[in-house]
Amino acid sequence: MGALIKDFLNGIWNDNPTFRLQIGLCPVLAVTSTALNGVGMGLATTFVLMCSSILISILRNVIPEKVRIPCYIIVIATFSTVVDLVMHAMLPDLHRVLGIFIPLIVVNCILMGRAEAYASKKPVIYAAFDGLGMGIGFTWALTLIGAVREMLGAGSLFGVQLVSDTAATFGVFSLPPGAFITVGLLIAGMNMISTRLRKAS
Amino acid sequence: MELFLIFIGAVFVNNFVLVRFLGICPFMGVSKQTETALGMGAATTFVMVVTAALTWLLQWYVLEPFGLPFLQTPVFILVIASMVQLVEMFLHKTSPGLYRALGIYLPLITTNCAVLGFSLIAVQGAYSFIQSLIFGLGAGIGFTIALMLMAGIREELRFADVPKPLAGTGIAFIIAGLLSLAFSGFAGLV
Repeated sequence: MGALIKDFLNGIWNDNPTFRLQIGLCPVLAVTSTALNGVGMGLATTFVLMCSSILISILRNVIPEKVRIPCYIIVIATFSTVVDLVMHAMLPDLHRVLGIFIPLIVVNCILMGRAEAYASKKPVIYAAFDGLGMGIGFTWALTLIGAVREMLGAGSLFGVQLVSDTAATFGVFSLPPGAFITVGLLIAGMNMISTRLRKAS
Repeated sequence: MELFLIFIGAVFVNNFVLVRFLGICPFMGVSKQTETALGMGAATTFVMVVTAALTWLLQWYVLEPFGLPFLQTPVFILVIASMVQLVEMFLHKTSPGLYRALGIYLPLITTNCAVLGFSLIAVQGAYSFIQSLIFGLGAGIGFTIALMLMAGIREELRFADVPKPLAGTGIAFIIAGLLSLAFSGFAGLV
């Protein structure tokens, strides 16, 4: 049980895919112009990550070593097609905003990385918790970046206006340059916090 | 003229890395030296142009007529993966020098989301065969330009005094932000 919780928490802080491992960065930059988009993309990725981790873990003794990469890609592609179609039907607005980044979950390095490094070696239950932890780590990172960009760029949070409509906001934070700068500064902040924590302990 | 606009649009106005955010992983990972950046850019451009032709044929002659567009993602990624493998084998036989220079970066092109992303955008835009090829070429060259610019700046950065928490990826992202700001000056050109 302890090991399960450790696997789960690992993805949320120590090996956070966005701030620590710095993998799977395209959606992090592209869809975080608002906090809500960040949550949507994060949850979609979490679903694909957890399902593909479970399936790959179940199949780990069946998949031949030499063709494992194409096998993983097929599993991941199947689940991201599922998410793509379901979101298109149920949440057309969010689907339109996230656009091609939903099918692009296939080439998100987080999924391939977890399949290769973890799910292909561990029993199902561990793989599931690892996938869930990584997914939640990814989701909170996206939500945080989205919240910062939305507050600075549009003066709102989760669509709720925080300042008066006429107030001047830093529009650049809603645009592509703002995405890069926000992520750069947040990574620096995360490094500072980690250094402090290490010194304290 | 229209082809020229597609080309300029893909290289500058909607630069794949700095405006569309595709291919960020190699952009951050392989942009430490200008030479490797150029090799990576050239290999990616080549794969993109070949993929453009193959995915176009598959989409309009196989997937659409048989009512299978929902298989798009798995089919495209498999085409890209086997294409990269083919390029790798071809280079290994014909020019071992280039093959050695590219090394590990060659297989990594498969997971470069710029390649899959560009195939999906070309299908969404319903480009013709020639337009897809030009779009692929432009996307690849745009990727190479962004990679080269970043590598050039990062080479100089080694001599700069960067605050400790920002060192490494942090400062790289802020530089990318400034580059992106510069590229937003191209908006409205096409």
